Amino acid sequence: MTILVLNRRNLIAAGGSVLATGVSGLLLPVCAQGVAPTPSMSGGSNNYRKGAAVVERIGKGGFWMSGTVRRAGDGAPLAGQRIQIWAHTTEGQEHEPQSHGATLTDKDGKFRLEMPQIIPIFGQPHGHLAYDSGEFKTVFLRPVMRSAKDKSLEAHFVLQPA
Amino acid sequence: MRLARVALIWAALAAAICVPIAAAAMSSLLEWRGPVYILAGFAGIVGLGFLLVQPLLAGGYLPGLSAYRGRRVHHWIGGALVVLVVVHVGGLWITSPPDMIDALLFASPTPFSPFGVIAMWAIFAVALLAAFRRRLGLRTWRIVHMVLAAVIVVGTVVHGMLIEGAMETVSKAALCALVLGAVTKVVVDLVRRMRAAPRGESVARR
Repeated sequence: MTILVLNRRNLIAAGGSVLATGVSGLLLPVCAQGVAPTPSMSGGSNNYRKGAAVVERIGKGGFWMSGTVRRAGDGAPLAGQRIQIWAHTTEGQEHEPQSHGATLTDKDGKFRLEMPQIIPIFGQPHGHLAYDSGEFKTVFLRPVMRSAKDKSLEAHFVLQPA
Repeated sequence: MRLARVALIWAALAAAICVPIAAAAMSSLLEWRGPVYILAGFAGIVGLGFLLVQPLLAGGYLPGLSAYRGRRVHHWIGGALVVLVVVHVGGLWITSPPDMIDALLFASPTPFSPFGVIAMWAIFAVALLAAFRRRLGLRTWRIVHMVLAAVIVVGTVVHGMLIEGAMETVSKAALCALVLGAVTKVVVDLVRRMRAAPRGESVARR
């Protein structure tokens, strides 16, 4: 998803951060931070409905929401985690029950759920995802599509213990 | 000849406002939206159109309107803008309360929201100050109104251009460019006239 843009400013910034982390890494070899937890995005929890059912597919499908769930620190994939997904689609508004569904991650921590086409709402074509099962800290994501014509969207979770 | 020119100016103004509205009315997005959301969206679009009329009336650029009549219409459209903003915000609130609350609290993830909210407060401020304009004095009122008008126009144009919604991109950009052009022209003209007139003397309106 990330586009790497190489210019002088980025190179200097990257070089500087490599130097800084490298040097501090040498000074503090024990302090291994690893994979940082994903913070909730602002507006991520809007129109959330707690406890949406795990479904094979939301509505008639045609659009794919996918992503990964990993553990903060070592970045290990988390299997069997429940991810809830909702959006404004061709089959309903964000708050309506038929726009909501949940899926579980596989053994590699990956999830993928088919849902109806997302339609721009409140000025941006976007989806909502939640991890809200208690074992780890709750995270709400609100990824934005690059184009309203996209047929898929990704979101990635790194969770920390609650 | 003069009549043809007058008709042409009014036709161009009508087209500049009505073409974007018609294009938005044909948007495929409307199919997936509820009536309240559609109403709220179009209140915003019509409001943007009115922002083109306001500076033209204030500057006296529209032919066939006396200065007095032009100013009266400017007041009425100003009042209508307040109503349109209330319908826009109210309709969006009904459609999705959490998204509207985020926007009003400047906590929204969408980059265009704060521009719209700032423009909204500037519109309310102008309406309120307009009621007390005699007490402010003509010069102070003009400066305050001009600054707030600039905030309203810039805020609304940025708000509108960043939104991916029912409006068609080219007609929206054209309307926004005309609004910016009209307000720049009227501000430049007014500043020039105020500089020319000594302090304390009223600037004669055309």
